[in-house]
Amino acid sequence: MSSTPPNPPIPPQPAGTPRFLLVAIVLAGLLVIAAGALLVFAYRDGPRGAAGTLLASAIGGPFELIDQNGKPFTDADLKGKWHLVFFGYTHCPDVCPTTLNEVSLALDRLGKKREQVGVVFITVDPERDTPESLKSYVASFDAPVTALSGSPDQVAEAARAYRVYFAKRKRADGNYDVDHGAVIYVMDPQGRFTATFTPDTTAELMAQRLAKLLS
Amino acid sequence: MPKIPLALAGALLFSAAAMAQTAGVAVTDAWARATPGRAEVGAAYLTIEAAVADRLTGLSTPVADKAELHMMTTEGGIMRMTPLAAVDLPAGQPVTLKPGALHIMLVGLKQPLQPGQSVPLILRFEKAGTREIAVTVGTVGATAPESHAGGGAHRQPGH
Repeated sequence: MSSTPPNPPIPPQPAGTPRFLLVAIVLAGLLVIAAGALLVFAYRDGPRGAAGTLLASAIGGPFELIDQNGKPFTDADLKGKWHLVFFGYTHCPDVCPTTLNEVSLALDRLGKKREQVGVVFITVDPERDTPESLKSYVASFDAPVTALSGSPDQVAEAARAYRVYFAKRKRADGNYDVDHGAVIYVMDPQGRFTATFTPDTTAELMAQRLAKLLS
Repeated sequence: MPKIPLALAGALLFSAAAMAQTAGVAVTDAWARATPGRAEVGAAYLTIEAAVADRLTGLSTPVADKAELHMMTTEGGIMRMTPLAAVDLPAGQPVTLKPGALHIMLVGLKQPLQPGQSVPLILRFEKAGTREIAVTVGTVGATAPESHAGGGAHRQPGH
């Protein structure tokens, strides 16, 4: 009798007790979190997830720009191949070149499959980034990059299509920087938005995700 | 109140001695990224450790019109560069300028920066005066100083 519990034994039907309720609530909560995580992964990795198809129509759309060789390039040219589409400018020495390089390294890791992926760099600074200056800029990276410029209106239209924010900010010395969205969009061969990378995504991870998408 | 001036004098004497002793600041791991094509801007990075609290107030280099301090931030996926007038250097705490954060922007490059090249950079400190260092240029996609596994104060530029 030394260790008699202070309470009588728990009745065989605990349903309805606060403890059972608590467990049920926690389980339900976990389920919601798991479902959310599943959606996030589906959205990140593939077009087959619900979120992927939901967002596919929200990002991307018509644009008309000019490539570094002076040839027109429109959203129709994105079809028939996977594409990595992102925005930047050549007067951005810190992150833009590293992003281009990571993308380039990611394609290297794809081996033969790299042929299936195009890289499209769209300037947010068409005044300084002419097709000629873009040509020598992107030639420094291993991967073939299509660098696009155009009139300020055309660039704004492309940025709108991709929901990319950009804004010129004047500096005291008369120069300016361009704040801009730094997301890398993965577009499928039908030109549909499929996944995103960020400038922090390593080449290795980009290659892994791309390989999964291409298979 | 004779105690305060005495303490002040002591502190001044102490800091002056510390400065003379260590020449103020140690600059290590200075590197830049090769620039693509005819890019007019480049980025350079380094680590500074000041023995006594100091401030980096200015930069210049013969290879560009200007060398500026910039802070790069990403907020809600938006990249933003903000010029800074100076960088505080707390005593004994290394301050590292690195990609995606605080960096030196070389504006108006006279020539592209080539991998393996070494370029001079002049740093001006509020207390430690002027210092000229050599910046080693890495590849166009470099994200860290080339021989990062090392850790020595002075690296040989070039290969």
